[in-house]
Amino acid sequence: MRKLIMLVLCALATGCGKEPPPQKSGDDAAFEKALQQQFLDAKPGTVIDIPPGKHMLQRVLTLRANGVTVRGAGSDKSVLSFKNQISGPEGMLVYGNDFVIEHLAIEDSKGDGLKINDGTNVTVRDVRVEWTAGPSKDNGAYGIYPVKCKNVLVEDSASIGARDAGIYVGQSQNVVVRRNRAEKNVAGIEIENSIRADVYENTATDNTGGILVFNMPDLTQHGEHARVFKNKVFANNLGNFAAKGTAVASVPAGSGIIVTSNPKVEIFDNDIADNRTANIIVASYFITNFADKKPTEGYDPYPKSIYIHDNRFTGGGDAPDGLDWKALKVSMFGIGGHFPDVLWDGYVDTKSLVDGQYPAEQRICVKNGDVEVLDVDGPNKFANPKVMKDEFHCELPPLAAAELKAP
Amino acid sequence: MATSRALLRFLPASLALTLLVGCAQAPQPVHYFAEGKPEKLGDWHLIEARDGKLVTNSGVVPYDLAMPLFSDYAHKFRTVWMPKGTAAKYDAEGAMDFPVGTVLTKTFFYPLPAGASRNDKAVARTYDTTRDFAAGTAAEALDLARLRLIETRVLVRREHGWDAIPYVWNAAQTEAELARTGDAIPLELVDDKQAKEAFTYVVPNENQCASCHDTHVQAKRIEPIGPRARHLNRDYAYASGTENQLDHWAKLGYLSGAPAAAQAPRDADWHDAKAPIADRARAYLDVNCSMCHSPTGPANTTALDLRSANDDLRRLGVCKPPVAAGRGTGDRLLDIVPGKPDDSILIYRITSHEPGVMMPELGRSTTHHEGVELIREWIASMPGNCDA
Repeated sequence: MRKLIMLVLCALATGCGKEPPPQKSGDDAAFEKALQQQFLDAKPGTVIDIPPGKHMLQRVLTLRANGVTVRGAGSDKSVLSFKNQISGPEGMLVYGNDFVIEHLAIEDSKGDGLKINDGTNVTVRDVRVEWTAGPSKDNGAYGIYPVKCKNVLVEDSASIGARDAGIYVGQSQNVVVRRNRAEKNVAGIEIENSIRADVYENTATDNTGGILVFNMPDLTQHGEHARVFKNKVFANNLGNFAAKGTAVASVPAGSGIIVTSNPKVEIFDNDIADNRTANIIVASYFITNFADKKPTEGYDPYPKSIYIHDNRFTGGGDAPDGLDWKALKVSMFGIGGHFPDVLWDGYVDTKSLVDGQYPAEQRICVKNGDVEVLDVDGPNKFANPKVMKDEFHCELPPLAAAELKAP
Repeated sequence: MATSRALLRFLPASLALTLLVGCAQAPQPVHYFAEGKPEKLGDWHLIEARDGKLVTNSGVVPYDLAMPLFSDYAHKFRTVWMPKGTAAKYDAEGAMDFPVGTVLTKTFFYPLPAGASRNDKAVARTYDTTRDFAAGTAAEALDLARLRLIETRVLVRREHGWDAIPYVWNAAQTEAELARTGDAIPLELVDDKQAKEAFTYVVPNENQCASCHDTHVQAKRIEPIGPRARHLNRDYAYASGTENQLDHWAKLGYLSGAPAAAQAPRDADWHDAKAPIADRARAYLDVNCSMCHSPTGPANTTALDLRSANDDLRRLGVCKPPVAAGRGTGDRLLDIVPGKPDDSILIYRITSHEPGVMMPELGRSTTHHEGVELIREWIASMPGNCDA
């Protein structure tokens, strides 16, 4: 009888013994071996075809060659699933120049979905990276993740469920991110420490924050010069499920577009709606959760030369995330009210002021009809917040388009 | 693999032995392949299983490192061979500058636990290496009756640079076959108290080899990691007697320009409780982490530099926020918090053995408990805090 009870208990509780790893079918094993071999043998000109079907893989696909194309039959047809991954952590890890990946999906990798390191001339087209269980603490950090690359094009792609940023371009130069879809990530699209980036005609919805332009200390290069335009950024109100300690853990749910410490950002001609903390946030490094830690020398923690103009705003700012923000909203605008479309954390680099203002080319300018700016007075812990408009009324020269130059 | 096992099963044991011995007589000299990937490890004539031993060919010199990389508690048998009349140029910091034609091997194996037979999954989790070597060979030949060979990785220096070629040993333990796409082998670690831990031993594929050995991410060239002066500078039990490895290599003509061993850098022995904790911890991080976490390595995206030579505390991770850790933070805010190992991301990541969280990202499926303890002790001993 005791034995029987134990058996039943064991059947109920999976903790009674280590579950064996999921078996892979012989077909999957043979497919993986052949595919791995193609990645090992790839050389300039190689095209690796991913046939239609859902292919279960156990090991990261690592590519170390220039001039390679990986091509599927469509991002809903050719699926590389890493649900049973034992070695990684990425789904695909690429070290190579002149790399093209298109028309396929990468699902459920333990770490980042597609990481491309130190590549020049990188194209990601019609690639879907997805964690299929939806937002979860078990998801990998980045979906599509070119880092330290030059001439990066990410287009017609999608990232869903990343625990950090869906489409994340870091420490790169000459970047175009267009016509993509980012959903259910902590950050939908993030440009970090990158130089000359165009982000346009993307749709970012149901993320914690829609589109982020961040500049962080310590990294291999400082970011500057990003244009964010013609995007649809709406209803990014997903609860933040990032791991504490990551930069995006400080992003309040309900953020449309956030600029943090990044100089030279132009935000225009976007449709921004129903992001319930704020449609646009302009912030310094001090408002992040690293605020009490000392950033390194040579890093400018203040956002400068920011130009917001000609966007279309609807709704938003009506139910901010976090007690401080909620209290602030209610006290200033009432229960049924809402924040202005632009929030600014209020940190000023006093060393750069000339006659109490930044020099003209360093200012934060908002020329967007009736749009107002709320200075939340972060330096004084929200003691003296105020709504402003004229103070931000200025123009900056338009930024040049990013160009994908040949090296 | 199946053929040789079947052959053994159907032949009288004595005859099988005769055949094996017969095959292995009159050893050929080492064969350096200037290109290509031979199907069998034996094609190189560097090391071979013969008479119950894994033996080295003439001119193939075994070596050991003061601070090995952790690889799921596997023991390692390393060898170096260079063409006649060539020598590696000494380098005080980096890998020795080896001549074209150099072939390094690293054989991963486990001692067998008492009572377990070779075909079981069970392998011993032990630091005791005294039983690894065949009687009368000092530390020059492995005793195959007491251990299980898993894989041998070959690093060969060719005209265009280094190539990494993985081989996996067959069940009969007679030969290792080319395994370019790697392998996954279910094993079970058994410690001396009979505690068991099942895991999958992952043999890396060729490109994964490079994920660690490519220490200059932009140059995209792979290099040996282990044979650096600071790791080689220790005694080895050669059949001819125990001698410092740097001195021995110089005497053989395998190393030029080296100072006397006493003048060469030397890493702390991480097992030596008398050595300062910081020295042991830094040696551990250097060997296990700095192939990626250096200013030139693939993890230079993260601003974390774990080389012994780094003396910038922030870049060492002290009070440094993570950059791209994702769930690897384990909800901790900073890489290293002095005095607080449990608040340090570094400890969380080296303790985990889950892909996506664990560090290093590759090369292990289990936790190195003793290594974690070492780093914990070091962080706990650090003065100061991260309050601004």
